[in-house]
Amino acid sequence: MYRIRIHGRGGQGIKMASRVLGTALFRSGFTVQDAPKYGAERRGAPIFSTVRAAREAAEGATIKERGVIHRPDLVVIADDTLLAVPAAGTLQGITAATVVLVNSRETAATWRHRLNLAATLLILPATEEARDRAELPHIGATCAGAAACLLGVIEPAALQAAIEEELAPLGKEVVATNSDSALAAFDAMAAHRGLVTEGTAVSATDYIPPSWVELPVDDASVAAPDIRAIANSVQVRTGLWRTLRPVIDYDLCGKCWWVCSSLCPDSAIAVEQDIPVIDYDHCKGCMICVGVCPPHAIGSVPEYLAQQQEQQAKSPGEHDGRDPADR
Amino acid sequence: MAATLLTGNVAAAWGARLARVDYIPAFPITPQTEIIETLGGWLDGGDMEGRMVTLESEHSMLTAAGAAAATGVRVFSATSSQGLLHAMEMIYTVAGWRAPFVLVNVSRGLSAPITLEADHNDVLAARDSGFLQIHCADCQEVVDGILMAYRLAEDPTVRLPVMVNLDGFYLSFTREPVNLPDPAAASEFLPPFDPGMIRFAASAPASQAVAVLGGSPYSYFRYETHLAAQRAVTVYSGIAAEFRARFGRDRGVVEAYRCDDAEVVFYMIGSFATKAREAVDRLRDAGHRVGLLRPRLLRPYPADIIADALQGVQGVAVIDQNLSMGQGGVLHTELCAALYGRPQAPVVLASFIGGLGGREIAPEEFYQMAAVTREAVATGRTPPPRLLYTEDELREIRKLQSIALVERDETSPIRERQQHTGGRDEA
Repeated sequence: MYRIRIHGRGGQGIKMASRVLGTALFRSGFTVQDAPKYGAERRGAPIFSTVRAAREAAEGATIKERGVIHRPDLVVIADDTLLAVPAAGTLQGITAATVVLVNSRETAATWRHRLNLAATLLILPATEEARDRAELPHIGATCAGAAACLLGVIEPAALQAAIEEELAPLGKEVVATNSDSALAAFDAMAAHRGLVTEGTAVSATDYIPPSWVELPVDDASVAAPDIRAIANSVQVRTGLWRTLRPVIDYDLCGKCWWVCSSLCPDSAIAVEQDIPVIDYDHCKGCMICVGVCPPHAIGSVPEYLAQQQEQQAKSPGEHDGRDPADR
Repeated sequence: MAATLLTGNVAAAWGARLARVDYIPAFPITPQTEIIETLGGWLDGGDMEGRMVTLESEHSMLTAAGAAAATGVRVFSATSSQGLLHAMEMIYTVAGWRAPFVLVNVSRGLSAPITLEADHNDVLAARDSGFLQIHCADCQEVVDGILMAYRLAEDPTVRLPVMVNLDGFYLSFTREPVNLPDPAAASEFLPPFDPGMIRFAASAPASQAVAVLGGSPYSYFRYETHLAAQRAVTVYSGIAAEFRARFGRDRGVVEAYRCDDAEVVFYMIGSFATKAREAVDRLRDAGHRVGLLRPRLLRPYPADIIADALQGVQGVAVIDQNLSMGQGGVLHTELCAALYGRPQAPVVLASFIGGLGGREIAPEEFYQMAAVTREAVATGRTPPPRLLYTEDELREIRKLQSIALVERDETSPIRERQQHTGGRDEA
C-alpha cells in the first residue's frame, strides 16, 4: 500500500491535492482513501492531507487503516516554511525508505544538510516570479502532479482526468491552468518516476511496544485547561503566518494615523508620535491596510523577498556560499 | 453500480436523498456542515425534492424535526457535539413524543477544552433519551445505516427517532469507495413513509399535545418507550436480513470480525474499529487468535447478541473512545453489566480509554492491548483501566505547561497582588 502525506498551509490547495491524487489513483485501479486534517479552518495555518492507495487484488475493496500516517512512503511539503514549525509535524515518521519532496527555492543539498534526514530528499523548484507564496500558481495541483510521477503508477491521462473531475465545478479555465501546472510538474519529475516504493503494515510479531505512562494526579492549578495570564497572546508570533508583507512608504504616508491602525483587525499597527508603525511579529499579512490607505502609501512585498533583503542588510557582502542558517 | 469516492458527510447526504426526505431542518456545525451544504446544493439544483429550513439553533432544529415528524412527513437532520448538547432538552422530548425521524450525529469531542476531532462523549450523552443509535465504521455504512434507520424509526412497533453516528474527520472528511444503492432499489427497500395515525393536513386541522401527568401514568409512558426500544433489536435484525438479501452487505446488529475461534477480542464502536480490523489481521498473521466485536446497534443495547458472540472468548479488550468522569469507559461499564452472571462469559474485561478528541490509536497500541489482555487471561488478574497515553505525549504537555506556568508567574495579576499584600489576599 502507498501511504502519502501532503503538508501545506490553509489556502494552498492541500486538500485538493489529496483529492486529485486520490482520484487519479482510483482511476488507475487502486482502492483509495484520502482525507484532509486541520484544526481551526484558518488561511495560512498548517494543514496536511493523506492518501492511502492499495492494489485491489492484493488488498480487497477497502482500506482498514485510517487517520494519521505514521510511516509515510512519500511526504510532499508544499511550503518549506513549515519545516521550522514543529506543530506541523512534517518530518513525523520519516525513514530511510521515505521520499520527501519539498517545494523550495533552496537546493536539495541545503535541506539535506539542515534536516539531516536519512530519507531521499527532492526539490520541487518554487516558481520565482510568484508574488505571494500562498498564491503560488496552483501549488496543490503542482504537488499532485509531481507526486503522481514519483509514484510511477499514474499515467498523465489519469492525472488530467482527475483534475477535470475534481475541479470541474470551478470552470474550464481553472481546470486548464491546474492541469497545465500538474502536467508540467509531472514532466519535471520524469528523472525520478516510480522512485516511491510501497511500504508494509507494522508487524505484530516484531514491534516496539508503546511507552504508556500512568498520568499523575496533578493539582487543579496545573491540570485545568485554562490560561490565567494577561497579555499572553503577544507571545504568539502570528507574523509567521504572513506570506505578503505590507510596507509603509513614509514619504507618501499622510500621517492621518487612524485609517490603517483602526482598520487593522489584529491591532498590529501602532501610532508612535503620529507615525504608524507595523508590528511584524503579529501582522498576519491580510493586506487590509494596503487596501484602505488613502494616499496609497502602503505597498506589499512577498515575505520571502522581504526576509532576503533583511538578511542582506544585516550582513552585507557576505556571499561565501554557506547556508545562511549556518551563520 | 460502480463505487465512487465519497466522504462520510456526502455519503450521509446521499442517505437522505435516497430516502427521499420531505423536510430538513438545519443548523451548521463543524464537522457536520458539509452534509447540509450538499443537501442544500441538491435542493437548489432540483436534484432532489423536499424543503430545507435553517433554524436559529439546534434546539429549534430538533423541535422542528420532531414536530414535522409528528405530522407524518419524512424528516432528516444532522448535528454534532456541542450542537447535540444544545438540543438535548428536545432530544429527550421528541423521543418521548415517539416522533420517528433520522438524525445524523457527526461525533466530535465535547468542550472544554475544545476540539474539532472525534470521540463519542457527544453521542453517548444521548444514550438514555429514547433515540435509537446506529454506529458506523466506514462511509458505506453511513449510506446503508441511514436507509435502515428510516425503516427502524418508521416501523409501527418501534416508532422512535434514530440517530446514525459517524466520526468527525475519520469518516466525515475521509473519502472512500462507496457503492450507492440504485434509487429504485433504495425506494423498494424503503417505501414512502406510512405514518398511520400520525397525520396532519391543513385542510383537516387537529390539535396534538402531550398532557401533564403524574408519576404513575408517567411511568407507563416512559416504560412503553423503553419496551419499544428493546423491541427494536428484533426489528433491526429483520431489516438487516432484508438489506443483506437486497444489497449483499452484512449490516447485522453486531460486526463479529474473525471472532469464531478468538481467545481475545477487541470491543469498540466507530471508525477506529477498522483500525482494529487491520490489527486483528496482523495479529492473526503473528499467530494470535484475536477478533473484533463491534455493536452497530448501541441503543437498544443488544446484550444477548453480544453475549452470544463472546461465548468461548476468554479476554475482551474494551476500547472506549469516551470517558464518564469519575467512572470510566461507558462501553466497558455496559459490557460488564450485560455479561454479569452469564455462564461462559469471558473471564477478563480489560478497560482501555483511547482516541479521546481524535487522539490516534497506533497499530502497536492495538497489539499491546491484545498482549495485555492475553496476559491477564493467563494470570487471571484483570488489569486496572488504562489510558492510551505515552511518555512522549506527557513530555509534550509538560513542555506546554512549563511555558504557560512561566508566563503565569511573570504576568499574573493575582501574583502581583499577592506580592503586594505579602502573600495574603486582600479579600
